[in-house]
Amino acid sequence: MAAISREEVAHLARLSRLAVTEQELDRFAGQLDVILQSVARVGEVAADDIPPTSHSVPLTNVYRDDEPRPCLTQEEALSGAPDAYEGRFRVPRILDEEV
Amino acid sequence: MSELTRMTAAQVAGVIASGEVSAVEVAAAHLDRIEAVDRRVHAFLHVDREGALRAARDVDDRKVTGPLAGVPVAVKDVVTTRGVPTTAGSRILEGWKPPYDATIVSRLRAAGMVMLGKTNMDEFAMGSSTEYSAYGPTKNPWDLGRIPGGSGGGSAAALAAYEAPLAIGTDTGGSIRQPGAVTGTVGAKPTYGGTSRYGLIAFSSSLDTPGPCARTVEDAALLHAVIAGHDPCDSTSIPQPVPDVVGAARLGATGDLTGVKLGLVKEFAGDGSEPGVAAAFRESLEALVKLGAEVVEVSCPHFEYALPAYYLIAPSECSSNLARFDGVRYGLRVGDDGARSLEEVMSLTREQGFGPEVKRRIILGTYALSSGYYDAYYGQAQKVRTLITRDFQAAFKKADVLVSPTTPFVAFPFGSRTSDPYQMYLADLFTIPTNLYGGPAVSVPCGLSEGLPVGFQVMAPTMADDRMYRVAAALESAVGTFAPPEL
Repeated sequence: MAAISREEVAHLARLSRLAVTEQELDRFAGQLDVILQSVARVGEVAADDIPPTSHSVPLTNVYRDDEPRPCLTQEEALSGAPDAYEGRFRVPRILDEEV
Repeated sequence: MSELTRMTAAQVAGVIASGEVSAVEVAAAHLDRIEAVDRRVHAFLHVDREGALRAARDVDDRKVTGPLAGVPVAVKDVVTTRGVPTTAGSRILEGWKPPYDATIVSRLRAAGMVMLGKTNMDEFAMGSSTEYSAYGPTKNPWDLGRIPGGSGGGSAAALAAYEAPLAIGTDTGGSIRQPGAVTGTVGAKPTYGGTSRYGLIAFSSSLDTPGPCARTVEDAALLHAVIAGHDPCDSTSIPQPVPDVVGAARLGATGDLTGVKLGLVKEFAGDGSEPGVAAAFRESLEALVKLGAEVVEVSCPHFEYALPAYYLIAPSECSSNLARFDGVRYGLRVGDDGARSLEEVMSLTREQGFGPEVKRRIILGTYALSSGYYDAYYGQAQKVRTLITRDFQAAFKKADVLVSPTTPFVAFPFGSRTSDPYQMYLADLFTIPTNLYGGPAVSVPCGLSEGLPVGFQVMAPTMADDRMYRVAAALESAVGTFAPPEL
């Protein structure tokens, strides 16, 4: 049985904000199925009593000294933006048209 | 080709410091070499001629000094460089000029090093061949019909083609070491947290590690010493002194490994290395024994689960990290016609801006993190990570370092692994366990198979980076270095 269906891939692409084409859906579904069947092997070994490792550096609550220092200017921060307006990032509309 | 481009970084630094040659002459020689060969090699995505000559003049004016002052360096395009285009090999960042330098780049500049430009790579460092670069692949200087490794194929090829004596790479699952192996150059992945990630375009934050690429072990150690050390801007940066990697490399070069125990990982023995790779590895091991080293067999039973765990952890982290490419703050924006919503513009931007491997991994990661699957995939992978770390810790009780081939096969022809993504993933079979554990590892050239370079990997305990440099330098003293045919 396939580990992942074409419909699931389409759903995941939507969640990931990827407007994938029909051809990509066909290709990815097959490839992801092969990959998932291979990686599912992680389930064979790790038992309940094994703690998870998220990170190899055992540091927690790392803070810098609270010293003011220069940061990017507004102009620098906006320098790479596809669209800026009056010192801010301009975005496409985020609300639906009023009905 | 100018003699200056044939020198090691240590030699270049020497002739500049003695005043024999100016830093500008050295920079010009390398820029000329790039001009002459990079049309064929395509190691660089951007060459910063003006910036390089300006930095070189500052060295000649004695404004900066240091052990590598005036030495040219190429930087992988996933590292931000102020005012110099940085794309991470992706269309989605085409033309982007970062407003700040990565910490490691600031350190290169402070050391008086001369940045020649930015090197090609698989998009967002996902790949083992540079075939996933949006700007076309880099060619292996040993055979222009073959891959230079990846993701840092551009950095490795620039060294092998004598376009630069040093380069910066980043290693998430082998992206410094595997390109080093297949181009006959040295690639070192420092301890995770030993080099700063500030200014690296993130792929998998718990694994990404910047490090040095060079043509000799001593050169790699010299560059390591420049970029390593605690950085308050990276909360995972280790607040400890950098091990004496340069001293260790020089000690190793004396060719004495008396009393050093090399751990041979039993589980790697049957793991499908090409016969030529296995043979070169065995001969190198014998060479190290002649230098006084002792070989002990160690068992790391969970290494066989490293590749599956990696291909859950890395895509999961990437699916989150790459959410920042939304067409708002930097890079590409597609379809903003005034009528489409933010969400539609975002989806179109990401559809056109990302290549197939990046999309595959984003979808895979989103799947592994989704509710209902999280425990079975991402959660289990994190437990495997614990088991692999325990394997390493047990092995280092018996051995000072672990050794293996760097990658199971020599440079393969273009196109031979792109149709089946999992075949491409196997290139990192021997390099991935180290990333999950967090320790340092280096690939050093150890011989040829069918006329193509083979890499020897030395893995060490966390923050014992000096050990791997010692063993790698000893091997180099025994087998020599390897130069590709004239381009």
